[in-house]
Amino acid sequence: MTESPLLHAADLHVTFSGRRGSGSARAVDGVNLTLGKGEIVALVGESGCGKTTLARALLGLEKPTAGHVTFDGAPLTYDTRSLKTYRNRVQLVLQDPRGSLNPRHTVYEAVAEGLRVHRYAGDERAKVAEALSRAGLRPPERFFQRYPHELSGGQRQRVVIAGALVLDPELIVADEPVASLDASVRGEILALLLSLRRDLGLSALVVTHDLGLAWNIADRVAVMYLGRVVETGTVEEVLTHPRHPYTQALLSVLPEASGEPVVLTGEPPDPTRIPGGCRFHARCQVLASGAAERAGVAGSCRTEDLPVLSAERTTQAACHWARAATTAP
Amino acid sequence: MTTAPLLDIKDLNVTYGTGAAAVRGVDLTLAAGQKLGIAGESGCGKSTLALALLRLLPAGAKLSGEILLDGEDVLTMKWGRLRAVRWAGASIVFQGAMHSLNAVRRIGDQIAEPMLIHRTAPPSGVRKKVAVLLEHVGLPASRADSYPHELSGGQRQRVMIAMALACDPKLIVADEPTTALDVMIQAQILRLIEQLVAEQNVGLIMISHDLAVLADTCDRLAVMYAGRVVEQGPAAQVYESALHPYAKALSAAFPRIGDPASRHAPRGLAGDPPDPSDLPPGCTFHPRCPVALDRCAVEDQALRGEEERRAACVHV
Amino acid sequence: MTTTDTPTTDTPAKTTSPKSTRALARDRRRQSVARFWRQYRTHRAGLFGLASLALFVLLALLAPLLVGADVQSVTKAPGRPLEAPGGEFPLGTDKYGRTMLGLLIWGARFSLTVGFLAAALSVAIGTLIGITAGHYKGWYATVIMRVTDWFLVMPTLVLAIALASVLSRSIWTIILAIGVTTWPTTARLVRAQTLAVESRPYIERAKALGGGHTHIMTRHVLPNVMPLVLAQTTLVISSAVLTEATLAFLGLGDPTVTSWGGLLQDARDAGATTKWWYVVPPGIAIALVALSFTLCGRAVESVLNPRLGVSR
Repeated sequence: MTESPLLHAADLHVTFSGRRGSGSARAVDGVNLTLGKGEIVALVGESGCGKTTLARALLGLEKPTAGHVTFDGAPLTYDTRSLKTYRNRVQLVLQDPRGSLNPRHTVYEAVAEGLRVHRYAGDERAKVAEALSRAGLRPPERFFQRYPHELSGGQRQRVVIAGALVLDPELIVADEPVASLDASVRGEILALLLSLRRDLGLSALVVTHDLGLAWNIADRVAVMYLGRVVETGTVEEVLTHPRHPYTQALLSVLPEASGEPVVLTGEPPDPTRIPGGCRFHARCQVLASGAAERAGVAGSCRTEDLPVLSAERTTQAACHWARAATTAP
Repeated sequence: MTTAPLLDIKDLNVTYGTGAAAVRGVDLTLAAGQKLGIAGESGCGKSTLALALLRLLPAGAKLSGEILLDGEDVLTMKWGRLRAVRWAGASIVFQGAMHSLNAVRRIGDQIAEPMLIHRTAPPSGVRKKVAVLLEHVGLPASRADSYPHELSGGQRQRVMIAMALACDPKLIVADEPTTALDVMIQAQILRLIEQLVAEQNVGLIMISHDLAVLADTCDRLAVMYAGRVVEQGPAAQVYESALHPYAKALSAAFPRIGDPASRHAPRGLAGDPPDPSDLPPGCTFHPRCPVALDRCAVEDQALRGEEERRAACVHV
Repeated sequence: MTTTDTPTTDTPAKTTSPKSTRALARDRRRQSVARFWRQYRTHRAGLFGLASLALFVLLALLAPLLVGADVQSVTKAPGRPLEAPGGEFPLGTDKYGRTMLGLLIWGARFSLTVGFLAAALSVAIGTLIGITAGHYKGWYATVIMRVTDWFLVMPTLVLAIALASVLSRSIWTIILAIGVTTWPTTARLVRAQTLAVESRPYIERAKALGGGHTHIMTRHVLPNVMPLVLAQTTLVISSAVLTEATLAFLGLGDPTVTSWGGLLQDARDAGATTKWWYVVPPGIAIALVALSFTLCGRAVESVLNPRLGVSR
């Protein structure tokens, strides 16, 4: 995968102007991200870290305040016509399959919607049937006239995926695709995403708070905290040898994790008030335990902001302490 | 254990007015200070079971069997006694703290409400008790004057737990207490629940579809499928070496990070849970079972094995 | 518990020709109509309203056969003025000697026409404004909702009177006057519903599919506000019938046609308000039609939106 990337975000910022009284929220505060053809990348973080806003910006649903998105070598422009063409090639799958289907539309209408929006000239019926069976709903005809409320949660999510597949996209952006599904169905939907990559060469960006999901299907992972990617790299490296204290903490609280869990106190902080220095320093267990002091970086943790991680595929962590540890012999 | 268990469910059956057999012959026991996890997917009857414990089921639901709470049968209890048992004897923490709190009342008043109803604290002492409860669940006492929308999801769930603790119940039922919460907040809430159970010697029933979370928190696990317990035993054993194929599938659904077997290989279970008003014959799991035999289609399986560790499968 | 009705009724599609899809869709529609009717039937008041409406509509449609247009003619009046009810004239006669029963039946045509058309106009304006105001946020919505508020606080009747007296007197004037003054309530309701629908994830999905404004408004928002609009329509008809009667009573109606409000005005002009048969029947007719539409509207509303908890 050394050819030009399919999707590339360069120094992306999305700022929401605040309501009266509160300052503006820097939901995405400088992100570089790249996604190759046929690659599955997981974007991991807690709610409020800006991962959903980043996904929306990559889809062109949110206009970035700075930086730009490049798709297949061409920068994304925000006029209606080119956005429509873009959306023929990039599709969205949302978290709640119950909410992302219009209760008054049948399965057929829900899947055919994309074709109708883009005025597909061929055999609509055949296309819908093909998309449904690709998404694992077979025989497709049996589902045509069903309404969403007559389907199980897993079936609904398959309909949503079929609705995305019907336009033969090159990239799927999935926002928590299994978070509202039962444990037994979860694996089925994830296996479906993997098989679509294998059979159709589909790339996917999966937004999630579930590290197990990343381990299950992703090639690379980017961990987000307060609008920035704080650690990125291959799934194996980041999830088995995390270098950023935040990633370490996230992994340590998983039920099956070995060792003492590092339960960070407090809520994820507010994007309207991003702290100075390293944005994680107020909750950082490494700083609190004095390990950063011993490494001689405690001062920079508190005062010195870290550079934005580059979009390169190497494993990187935005942490003074991790940097000190790697540069030291 | 020689003392009578805190909770003893014997052959509980619940059938809804629509004909759906939601719970079919469940036996469970729980001692004080013990934590029991009930796992299963939506529609397996786990939430119905929780509601049945306090007779909170909708009218038209038929119950049979016994639910002995401290030796008293909840199902035959008089209305007045039942009211006293709700909250004071056993209380439920529902999923979705967002909707279970009244949006237009201060949370302090909502926590105080059950205490005033059940007169477990004098009106003068209620404010103080609310402050103590809030600090217990890790919230500053000043939060009593806040409205639900001013709190984050994790904080609301803490308030729900404070409410459940208000009347010093002996049994707490937590229905999906951490679903929809982030991993870090989930870890905070689970620690809190564990700590409260240990401190106050209450019994805990935790309901979830996430076997890993249950195994981490609870002492014992019961896995439910189509209204029945299909496997039960010590939490670690059920999670790590499940006997029943359904329990195996649930435990494999959430991968262990670092385990090469689950890398790029998500595992699930094909098919959908059966419709409780139209259950398949024989073992209800056989249409989805990867190791089903011919006789599974006709032969129902009862729980068997030693007292502590039992499973309802032909392969046991 | 997500599935309420059993999926066992699902008939597997044996044939796979495109026609069968359409046939299946038709079946579905028929089924949902049948389901609607089954639930509607449980509302006794709604059934009463429907029956009485059917009677009025039937009378209005059959009026040319039953009484004929001649019933309005002053010159061919069959009786003496202000005859009390009796054998030949079951409801007496008016100030010209015309038969009251005949006039009442003939008047139903006008009152119902005005009611339906005015309500259609009002609801159409209200729906259009409500959906667009809910969909396009920003300055458009702000301006349009201020205008709506302005119309909402204006007394409808005063505005209608002003309009009716400025424009020439015809049935269209009345319809227009009622239509353009009663839409704000519908607009407010539809806008609120539109905002609720627009916050659903399927709207986000439609946008991500590349759907434009028109697509989202017509394919997603409109079907979801339709039940509300339907219920609102029946309620607006009832108030339109009342407003029409009021305008006619105040002498702002079309003098060339007979309407129930017009009959009341005639009675007042003739100083015949003591002659009960001149006043009571049109009054009852107006009240009955308005009531019937309201009852139907309430029943439709509660069937389509059971959470309202309207008593049966």
